[in-house]
Amino acid sequence: MKRSLRLVRRRLLASIPVLLIVITLTFVLLETAPGDAVDAYLLSIGGGDAAVADGLRRAYGLDQSLTARLWLYLTALARLDLGWSVAFERPVLALIAERLPNTLALMGSATALSFAIGSALGIVAGSKPESVKDRALSSISLILYSIPGFWLGLVLSLVLAVQLRWLPTSGIETIASGKTGLDRFIDIARHLVLPVSSLALIYTALFLRVMRAGMEEAWTLDFVLFARAKGLARSRIVLRHVARHAALPLITMLGLQAATMLGGSVVIESIFAIPGFGRLAHEAVAGRDAPLLMGIILVSAVLVIIVNLLVDLAQAALDPRIGASEASS
Amino acid sequence: MTLLSVENLRKHYSSGDRDVAAVDGVSFSLSAGETLGIAGASGSGKSTLARLILRLAEPEAGTIHFEGQNWLALQGAKLRGNRARMQMVFQDIHGAFHPTATVGSVLDDPLRIHRIATKKDRPGEIARLLDRVGLAAADAHRPVHQLSGGQRQRVAIARAISTRPSLIVLDEAVSALDVQVRNRILKLLVELQREQGISYLFISHDLAVLRAVSHRLAIMDTGRIVEYGRTTDMIDSPQSAAGHALVSAVPRLTLAGRPKNTV
Amino acid sequence: MTAALCNLSNMTVRYGGRTALSDVSLNLMAGERLAIVGESGSGKSTFVRALAGLLPRGAICDGQVHWASDQAPRLGRDIGFVFQDASASLNPLLRIGEQVAEGAKRHLGLTWQAAYDHAQALLEQVRIANAPAVMRAYPHQLSGGQRQRVAIAAAIASRPSILIADEATSALDTVVQADIVKLLDELVSKNAMTLLFVTHDIALASNLADRIAVFKHGHLVEIGPVADVLSKPRSSDTQDLIAGHFDLTSPPLIAEVATS
Repeated sequence: MKRSLRLVRRRLLASIPVLLIVITLTFVLLETAPGDAVDAYLLSIGGGDAAVADGLRRAYGLDQSLTARLWLYLTALARLDLGWSVAFERPVLALIAERLPNTLALMGSATALSFAIGSALGIVAGSKPESVKDRALSSISLILYSIPGFWLGLVLSLVLAVQLRWLPTSGIETIASGKTGLDRFIDIARHLVLPVSSLALIYTALFLRVMRAGMEEAWTLDFVLFARAKGLARSRIVLRHVARHAALPLITMLGLQAATMLGGSVVIESIFAIPGFGRLAHEAVAGRDAPLLMGIILVSAVLVIIVNLLVDLAQAALDPRIGASEASS
Repeated sequence: MTLLSVENLRKHYSSGDRDVAAVDGVSFSLSAGETLGIAGASGSGKSTLARLILRLAEPEAGTIHFEGQNWLALQGAKLRGNRARMQMVFQDIHGAFHPTATVGSVLDDPLRIHRIATKKDRPGEIARLLDRVGLAAADAHRPVHQLSGGQRQRVAIARAISTRPSLIVLDEAVSALDVQVRNRILKLLVELQREQGISYLFISHDLAVLRAVSHRLAIMDTGRIVEYGRTTDMIDSPQSAAGHALVSAVPRLTLAGRPKNTV
Repeated sequence: MTAALCNLSNMTVRYGGRTALSDVSLNLMAGERLAIVGESGSGKSTFVRALAGLLPRGAICDGQVHWASDQAPRLGRDIGFVFQDASASLNPLLRIGEQVAEGAKRHLGLTWQAAYDHAQALLEQVRIANAPAVMRAYPHQLSGGQRQRVAIAAAIASRPSILIADEATSALDTVVQADIVKLLDELVSKNAMTLLFVTHDIALASNLADRIAVFKHGHLVEIGPVADVLSKPRSSDTQDLIAGHFDLTSPPLIAEVATS
């Protein structure tokens, strides 16, 4: 396990400059965009004169230089202070802490579900390329993959929630139901069924295709031929030799998908009115809420780094060659 | 006249926790028009030595003089310009050429980069090179991946001689070929040497191949040259353990078949 | 070495419109060592793969194979197979122990523990130093020669009666090749196996085999005892192979070209 520790240490060290670059770049980008929170606020209360605007800007420290404010932001960040949301008039950290779990529940279950089903079906399809089973699954996955997520969400919602009334149409839980413990868990789960399935169906198709393609390639490799020459049971060849090899690109895919999923959640959260991270980002942009937007981007970057670290660890666990030999001196 | 002289060359690699001496104090010299065979088992450091001489890797210590210049002191554009004088042919592997490259484009590149021929003269020069290595001028339009292993190796040789080098480093250049193809390629190399006075540093694990083409022979073992001298003398009476192992490993044609009751 | 193990007649193999093997007939004798010699593309690998049932998907195989035993030999159980490139024929993701043990587990009806013990004994038998450590190692941690020893151990894990070595030494350097050939020679003698040894090197074939079969362009052009084929070759293709061979007694090329 020395190998994994070395990997974690190297990755964590590398993530520090990444985060600093993300912070500086977004800070500068947000600054160069015309208009600030004071403009947005004055617009929302029906306008105000220049003196009021200047006063507000002084109060929020917006009159200081860019580097001074960046330094201020970084020192506050070191104390885990993400700043004050102008639009919500609450600490950014508290807002994110409130919204993030909803998105993580949504994304986590959609990813886990699509990964499990997608890779299992990919193994079925790839266990015998060009067979009837393979062709059928590949066609279905292609159809699913070409459906836009928002459309699927709307159709599922229309049929299962509006027409049949089996499931709630929107929200993360029943408001003011007073439910606790298991009841509350079931309530949230019922609310998540539709958004999770809209996301998962599409990602299932993606994982299925990647797994199947990896298996098809693996069948041509010499060690699979050698496994056949050893006269092994077909199930062992498929699972232990072919699928295990095909799982490597699948896990890489999972890491890349994590970032896309955070972005994609905006649409699904809007359709199902889930108070999540994606919608928070949308609201921050609309309200010109720079501190909130900064916080969201920072937390997203940290999430992506964590997911990729986990992916690297999974890769290293699966593939003994990774990190085995350090680059030559 | 000494073309290449190598003094006390060293290179270490760290693999995992171990520090491996790939090339550990190697010295030799090579005259113009001469072939020096470098023999050794895998892991003896002979391929690392080739990479150091070609400046594809940098040594930690030692000197290389090539055509009277301090070869290791050359950098950047100066090194790139001088690379025309020292060329290479590696083992035939599909990866050695870009998959969509045609024979013509493989040969056009060095002629253009090293300004050997003008744009107008290049097709003629390519045809001449192809003819010299035993291919047809029309082969210039064929994709490299359609060629047989022997034909690909002929293209690699044509590319190597296109810049009119004084030295070609050959690393297992015939090891992947069938016996008859191998013999024809070796013959071509020997003819080219006689015509153009090219020197070869010929690296192989196969003493039979080295014996056929080398004037002198060096035997490498764990990063060092353990024997160095005239090819025939060394093969007739190897002094080192590595030399003995290499000599006895060459398969001999036993017309009577294998002796019975071997075990 | 008198009884025929198997009669093959008119074996033809086609892949995607190309004929890789055409109309090959021969008898394989029990306990013999047959070398299959030819250049690349001669059909020698296709022949042994067709015999073992290891042709790729989409290959069409015609002809009759009649085995002397009641039951055709099962791949992995009765036929062991060693490939050319040991670095590619071992699964990079699995430990050596598992890859040697899995065949024994399946065919000898052993528990995993017993199969692992058996695998370790096999590694010692193919003269792998420090077998317990190699059991836990992954393929990339071994040298080319060690990997080929491991592949041989895996191939003979179920004590097969037939061993097929398909260019098993040609990716190795000459010193390691000589060691592996010696190992195959010993294993085949000790376990009284029938050996099919595929090679492009006629000298190697002459050192190891009882009979030589020469292939060219998918045809079997000559077959016979080593001494007959080498001293009185009937086919011009065999003559070419013999003439093309050079070893440490042939005149050097540099001398030849200089005098011509």
